[in-house]
Amino acid sequence: MAVLGRFPALAGVDLDVGAGSTVLLVGPNGAGKSTLLRLCAGLVGLTAGSATVLGHDLRTGRRELRRRVGYLGHANGLYDELTVEENVRFWARIARVPEPAAAADAALERLAVASRLRDLGVGRLSAGQRRRVALAAFVVRRPELWLLDEPHAGLDATARDDLDDLVREATAAGATVLVASHELERATALASRTVRLEGGVVVDVA
Amino acid sequence: MWRDAFAVAGRDLRIEARSRVAVNQVVPFAFIVLLLFGFALDPDRGILQRVTPGLFWVTVLLSALVVVQRSFAIERSDGGRDALRVGGIDPAGVFLGKGAAILVVLLVLEVALLAAVAVLYGAPLAGWPLLVVSAVVTTVGIVAPGTIYGALASGLRVRETVLPLLFLPVVAPVMIGATRAFEAALEGSTGAGWRWCGLLAVFAASYTALGMLLFEPLLEES
Amino acid sequence: MTITGTGSRATRALGVLTLALFALLALLGLVLSPPDAAMGEAVRLFYVHVPAALASYAGIAVLGFGSVMYLWKRSLTWDLLAAAAAEIALVFTALTLVTGSLWGRPTWGTYWEWDPRLTATAVLFLLLLGHVAVRAAGGDVHGRARRSAVVGLLATVDVPIVRYSVDWWRSLHQPATLSKLDPTIDGLMLFSAFVGIVAFMAAFTWFLLHRFRVAWLEEQVEELSLADAIVERRAEGGRS
Repeated sequence: MAVLGRFPALAGVDLDVGAGSTVLLVGPNGAGKSTLLRLCAGLVGLTAGSATVLGHDLRTGRRELRRRVGYLGHANGLYDELTVEENVRFWARIARVPEPAAAADAALERLAVASRLRDLGVGRLSAGQRRRVALAAFVVRRPELWLLDEPHAGLDATARDDLDDLVREATAAGATVLVASHELERATALASRTVRLEGGVVVDVA
Repeated sequence: MWRDAFAVAGRDLRIEARSRVAVNQVVPFAFIVLLLFGFALDPDRGILQRVTPGLFWVTVLLSALVVVQRSFAIERSDGGRDALRVGGIDPAGVFLGKGAAILVVLLVLEVALLAAVAVLYGAPLAGWPLLVVSAVVTTVGIVAPGTIYGALASGLRVRETVLPLLFLPVVAPVMIGATRAFEAALEGSTGAGWRWCGLLAVFAASYTALGMLLFEPLLEES
Repeated sequence: MTITGTGSRATRALGVLTLALFALLALLGLVLSPPDAAMGEAVRLFYVHVPAALASYAGIAVLGFGSVMYLWKRSLTWDLLAAAAAEIALVFTALTLVTGSLWGRPTWGTYWEWDPRLTATAVLFLLLLGHVAVRAAGGDVHGRARRSAVVGLLATVDVPIVRYSVDWWRSLHQPATLSKLDPTIDGLMLFSAFVGIVAFMAAFTWFLLHRFRVAWLEEQVEELSLADAIVERRAEGGRS
């Protein structure tokens, strides 16, 4: 049983997610979707119970876990004063990707970030463009477990398609994806399984 | 750890170079503080010369507060704190990287301030080896607790007001040591100055070690 | 379970003992012990001043220990113990400062002298104030505990450094202002000082136990209301 914080926000969540699969989390607001994602990312600690993600204990192995997972929430984690390229390279370097500069170029290429934007400060981009850069900074880290909290929000239609393609490519390459989304149609098409959470409890797996 | 430290320091210094907050805001702030001391005390050079070491270090300390606040404002932009933790970055690396960036900014500021006190207060600069070594050790002693408390306060709503309350009492010994070492350097009585330097080094080393150990709990969800 | 207070049989016994010790201290310090040859009546302040200073150091020791233990074990018990110790140490530090400066008035002719001990105590007071401020700043319990533990640990490490640097600083400029206690000190005076120390340590322990229990109960209350809040939030989520 995984109990979070000082109240049972998540009770008895036991998900066995195989490598290469995509799991969609649905449920009403406050059901514990975001909490579950942040827990899996090692962002919040367990104060009771126990849980394991990618073989790392959520009490003792959070730092090692964080190296292997990628978490994308509503925040972009970009620095306004740095250029697009510098931002992505910074995250590649932190993730210890070999050849960070080349990896950053490839990621920006993949996300179709126009080359004329790359030397621009992120602060000067539109919200949609920033989100694309955030996605590039996400994929450049090559996470084994993708944790996406409302990833479709703030993206235009083509970017959403790009994101879905990225998810499919990642799972094909063996990564695991956990996604919470209100874009049910789009997300269901992506997911191999749907897990319904209510009041911090898994009520349905389909 | 060192890789992360270099990446973080490089990022912070690059942001600093782009935004020019240090040059456009912190340096002018430090100069106005020096001028205010001149107004508050007697503009008679005798007094200003005598208290130059104290005024110099108080000015550096006040500027350090501003630089530390600025450094952690960067982390708060756009979910940076979350992002730092997601990346699996080494907390000790974050501490060393951010500390190094703040250290560079403060050392540059100190060079400018030294020139300023020489001109404004007519302080005769002398005893260079002691002056330089004690300035570097003191600055590390200011930066290490400053970085720890900066990270600690940045998660709080009262961050602007609680940082000085936490930071200034802890560096009281640094103030004493730095001022005495500077006085000794200017007066040419370096023996006592080097002893103060030793105390400053002990302080700097202790708080750097503590910062490396304590940044992990500080970067956790707060 | 209904909790009606923070006392137990043991703490009540300790409380009574503390009161008795203070009565004895008042009798010894104010009536029975003789005035000092050099300091006159002002010496009586020492029967309060020195024990208060020792109690504040005891509080800081508990604060440092509790902080380290919290960071190691991550148990809120240690956090609450450290917090209780910090508050009590703050009170005793204030008492040390006040009695020190009251003693300074007849002895030095001024309420404040840059005496090493007094100066170090003033810095100590501010360090503890920082700890209390961080706790008051709120946040979730474990976040608050982590921040307080870091502040507590840093403050504790600073105490000897402050003391040493201030000592050294003042001794370079002027001879130590506070003469060491005369070795040929009157037996009754020595005994009064001893009773003062025991009384203050007993009071410190009594305060610590009660403050810790109050903090623990506060935690329980907060937890209950949090549980209520989460139930409400779920109910709202269910409707949306």
